[in-house]
Amino acid sequence: MTASKTPAPPALADDAGARTRGPNWQGFRSLSRAMFRGFVRDRAALFFTILFPVLFLLLFGSIYKSSSTPKINVVEVGRVGVLEQARAGSHGQLDKVLTVTHTTSLSHALNEVRQASVDAAVQQQGGKLIVHYSIANPTTAGVVQSVFAGIVQAANQAASGRPPAYQLATQQVEDKSLKPIQYLTPGLLGWAIASGGAFAAALTLVGWRKNKLLRRLRLAPVSTASIVTARIAVSVAVAIVETFVFIAIATTPYFGLKLTAYWWMAIPVVICGTLAFMSIGLLVGALAKSQEAATAIVNLIVLPMAFLGGAFIPLAFAPQWIVKVSYFMPLRYLVVGAQNVMARGDGPASALPAMGILLGFAAVLTVIAVRVFRWDEI
Amino acid sequence: MPPAIHVKHVRKSYGDLRAVDGVTFEVGHGEFFGILGPNGAGKTTTLEIIEGLREADGGEVTVLGLRPWPRNPALLPRIGVQLQATSFFERLTVREQLRTFADLYRVPAQRADDMLEVVGLTSSAGTRTEKLSGGQAQRLSIACALVHRPDVLFLDEPTGALDPQARRNLWDLLRAIQAEGHTIVLTTHHMDEAETLAHRVAIMDQGKILQIGAPAALVRGLAHPVRISIESGALSADEARAVADGATVGDDGVSLTFTTTEPAPVLERLADRDALAGLQVAGASLEDVFLQLTGREYRA
Repeated sequence: MTASKTPAPPALADDAGARTRGPNWQGFRSLSRAMFRGFVRDRAALFFTILFPVLFLLLFGSIYKSSSTPKINVVEVGRVGVLEQARAGSHGQLDKVLTVTHTTSLSHALNEVRQASVDAAVQQQGGKLIVHYSIANPTTAGVVQSVFAGIVQAANQAASGRPPAYQLATQQVEDKSLKPIQYLTPGLLGWAIASGGAFAAALTLVGWRKNKLLRRLRLAPVSTASIVTARIAVSVAVAIVETFVFIAIATTPYFGLKLTAYWWMAIPVVICGTLAFMSIGLLVGALAKSQEAATAIVNLIVLPMAFLGGAFIPLAFAPQWIVKVSYFMPLRYLVVGAQNVMARGDGPASALPAMGILLGFAAVLTVIAVRVFRWDEI
Repeated sequence: MPPAIHVKHVRKSYGDLRAVDGVTFEVGHGEFFGILGPNGAGKTTTLEIIEGLREADGGEVTVLGLRPWPRNPALLPRIGVQLQATSFFERLTVREQLRTFADLYRVPAQRADDMLEVVGLTSSAGTRTEKLSGGQAQRLSIACALVHRPDVLFLDEPTGALDPQARRNLWDLLRAIQAEGHTIVLTTHHMDEAETLAHRVAIMDQGKILQIGAPAALVRGLAHPVRISIESGALSADEARAVADGATVGDDGVSLTFTTTEPAPVLERLADRDALAGLQVAGASLEDVFLQLTGREYRA
């Protein structure tokens, strides 16, 4: 070989140096795409990270919905002018409380009240409004009486032809008495984000260590940072998609979630939550020897946390000891942080402490995970 | 010009186990070099130290004049690695897999598709890698290692679990790759593989290199007797004795066999008597060299 030739065989020695300079965006994009494809083609992962939590939302949303606003079923016997006037004058407000059916037979109507298939039967005899009700359910009985007392009073007042001396103004307050969907949505969403992030990180790490892809990538000109950020990017994207799926379902008229002004602050909370739970997955993945073991450990961590961190049992209704324990659960900060901005109408800044705690947790666990991390199984 | 690979006095221990114990060799540019040894001989550890996956406890390693440890970004694009397991991204097709690796090395996608052609996987381009046969998976794995045209290619037991057809198919591929000018280092415990592919082999056991050289030279150095056999009954017993002239003669009813360290005169006398029907000449093989060096006792 002559001195003018390059040390390596000429055909092979192209711009090797140029290929290694600068951050490898092509590598990052390519890894993200590979991981995203791997995720969407994994039916089991798709089911458990996206569909399963959505099914929970549909299920719990439907169960709690029926118990939330009990309507009063009333049978109108013949024509009850006072009731009809009141309904017409209330612009639909009264129909939110009352469901009215019609019959001409009093005995038939009374029978229905006795069987508790309706809450009250109403008839009008001249100036007298007669309400037949059962005391079987005292709460309903109370509501029935006060509703009709109100209707009669309003009718009397209107008949007098004078303006009312007192007027009632109502103002809704967002408080602890949220409708179930308002806490079910952030709760179940938090659980979904938590398990999705933890599983993704743990299973990727164990799987890639087992098939030596980790070592193979270490010998490719792509940095560890690229690999890690690609994995995070895919998980964060999945979490955001999931958040929108949840919101889309929960805000349908059937479930009736009312998003408050700064609901969009839930997205940064979800991102921080994803990072926190991916760090749990990272630690599990660094320790577990097989994907089966990793799955079991992640379940063992995330599932109890779902009960103790306010995801399955809203903290407003939970026993005091759970509320105390919940402060040690990262899931609490994801759920409560999202709930405050999505459903309670708190300002955007209210989510910042929760985000800070989630990020701090992620940082601590990642440092530990890096310390116990192994490239291959020994 | 430095050699493609330079390894000098390399050592690596795991606790009390000396996995690599003072290994020294060099590999030239364009050479096909085999590391041969039984399981647990230290072949893979040696290879991983050269690739830069492990740090040696002592000694000197350069690849293309560069140090592989700590992880050397200047070296990575110039080496291609195929690990013992088939390391693929889950649930990608063959083409996607190869294009992902091409992207990691900043190589155009067209090059990935060309590599599919080279390893004969174009017709399986849309197949998920989980569904490939063992031989197809190994060929894809090699394509992934070659996609960026590395100067040096490392293969760790590439034919480990393959059937005979798939092995020979892979050998043809490896010869073609070597012919293009790539330097190849291969570990194997198959003698025939080392003998047929490698220009030079290093026979390794218990962390040490026992002998190093061209397979044919190693075999010749053994001075092992040659077995010459023809059809039984082609010669009378007297004639057989005359032909043997000192060589050991045996007849098992199928073959008449002469065992000798000087085969030429025996063959000459057989030719004179026109008694070459069914002639077979069996010399020593690399396996004999290997067994002589490492012993025959079974090691679990």
